[in-house]
Amino acid sequence: MHAVEPRLDAGAGRRAGLPGRRGGPRKRRDDRLVGWLFLLPVIVGFLVFYAYPTVRGVWYSFTDYSLLNDPSYVGADNYKKLITDDQFWNALKVTGYYVVVNIVSQTVVALGLAALMHRLTRSIVLRAALLVPWLVPNVTIGLLWAWLLDPDLGFVNHLLDLAGLDTTLSFNSPTWAMPLVALVNSWAYTGYTALLLYAGMLQIPQHLYEGAAIDGAGELRMFRSITLPLLRPILALVLVVSLIGSFQIFDTVAVVYGGKPPIPETRVIYYYIYQQAFTYFHMGYAAAVAMVLVVILGVLTAVQMRMLRASRSDLG
Amino acid sequence: MFSGLKIGRGVTWFALIAAVVLTIFPFYWMVRTALTPAADLYSDSTGLWPQNPTLINFARILGLVDAEQARAAGGSGAQIDFLRYTINSLVYSGLIAAVQTFCCAMAGYAFARLRFPGRDLVFGIVVAALMVPPIFTLLPNFVLVKQLGILNTIPGMVLPSLLMTPFAVFFLRQFFLSIPRDVEEAATLEGISRWGMFWRIVLPMSRGPLITIGLTTIVWSWKDYLWPLLVGKGESTRVLTVGLGVFLQQSPNRAPDWSGLMAGSVLSILPVLLLLVFLGRRLVQSMNFSGMK
Repeated sequence: MHAVEPRLDAGAGRRAGLPGRRGGPRKRRDDRLVGWLFLLPVIVGFLVFYAYPTVRGVWYSFTDYSLLNDPSYVGADNYKKLITDDQFWNALKVTGYYVVVNIVSQTVVALGLAALMHRLTRSIVLRAALLVPWLVPNVTIGLLWAWLLDPDLGFVNHLLDLAGLDTTLSFNSPTWAMPLVALVNSWAYTGYTALLLYAGMLQIPQHLYEGAAIDGAGELRMFRSITLPLLRPILALVLVVSLIGSFQIFDTVAVVYGGKPPIPETRVIYYYIYQQAFTYFHMGYAAAVAMVLVVILGVLTAVQMRMLRASRSDLG
Repeated sequence: MFSGLKIGRGVTWFALIAAVVLTIFPFYWMVRTALTPAADLYSDSTGLWPQNPTLINFARILGLVDAEQARAAGGSGAQIDFLRYTINSLVYSGLIAAVQTFCCAMAGYAFARLRFPGRDLVFGIVVAALMVPPIFTLLPNFVLVKQLGILNTIPGMVLPSLLMTPFAVFFLRQFFLSIPRDVEEAATLEGISRWGMFWRIVLPMSRGPLITIGLTTIVWSWKDYLWPLLVGKGESTRVLTVGLGVFLQQSPNRAPDWSGLMAGSVLSILPVLLLLVFLGRRLVQSMNFSGMK
């Protein structure tokens, strides 16, 4: 999905809103015509595939629409149904659970990795290796882990056996399913997150560490007193961007059940929307559920945009 | 505070190497399984190297052997043609990345440098689209593509993201804002047209960020699943991710054809891995983009 695209932009936007850069060229020209021509493809793409479908989506959420008939207006019925729909609330709940496990594990490990790299090595090979899972489709990652966690033949369960543990990890276990899905995706995105944080750490002036070392500070102390505080703006940004991506979990749960729908414990909100729209053809209701996601992600994105503008790192 | 530097270093290196092993080993296992004959999986599922390594799994998912042989090697016998899916994936992601990057660069340049009324308002509206999650536009876009009668065609699949994403416009505008105006001003004095300026001066200067955004777009479109699943599930337009999903569904009543699936998985990684090998430095360093002041 393109959803998580903004991950790349950990702070590129800090250049936005720099004062004093807006002054025009010394020789004024009339750019009116050429300006709109430059914008033409993007405006067409925007109107046809972003603006129009957005308006249409809002309209659908107030209709009864099965793809076969024409949408018919039903007022707020879909939203009323939403409030009493246990499956919807369950979807929200398990998505929340997923987001918490995913974001916490991924961010903590990535932060640790970034700090280690920062203090130890600039190796491109190491960074490239950590980036590999990010290049791989989530579908492939889901498949791979479904195989590794196969109850009979999976290598991970083989290792658990060797360790003398009785547990069999499986995506079909109501207890383990969601933590497993979350950890699989953490596995896939930790390297990427670590590289973003690492890039942020590179901005911290080296002399601060040298000074602290002369004062006899240990590595842990330096991490707490120098790295963490100075990284805060970038860390916050990476966190929000990861959150936005995390709410849109879909591919993994769509794949690890071999094409069958996920168990209720992993039926996340994105899947629920998909199911309502394309399994049951309740387009109107699906659009209403999607509206809820719009609100959640809209708030998060607004926070992100604010940070992009405001957070010219503390280093200035 | 003490700093047991030597021990500390050892432990840190160990942690970093452990992280790399944890990252890479599952992929090794993917390759290992792809090289294992399907019939051996039960008896030979734990060794680090298969007892009878074979390339038959690749041959059969690429359609290089006939149905009879494929069934004998553990396939379901249903038609599966990963060669075509790979080509479709390449066309899909390549087309989107090339056209989208170009169109967004044009717009980004106009938003950053050209002066005309309404510019900032339009920019604000385009960027506001970042707040709309893809699933929301996905439902109506599906309806639109269906109404246009272009389901299961390449145009139907690429159109929604072909011309723009709000993020690419935003990203490239920020970049164009950050480059010095001197060169452009010198060229202006020589009476160059706006288009000439963009095409001959600004684009070549901006190779780095353009490749960065292009690469990122390739990777993301390569990974796309839900959209191509909805609009391009037909055999002729199926991309790799969708092909893998369909392949998995073909064995619902017995154990999945893991060696075939892992062979397909390897194919779904190979091209992006090549990208990493040849452009790794740029890709890894583009993560430092944020570090540019």
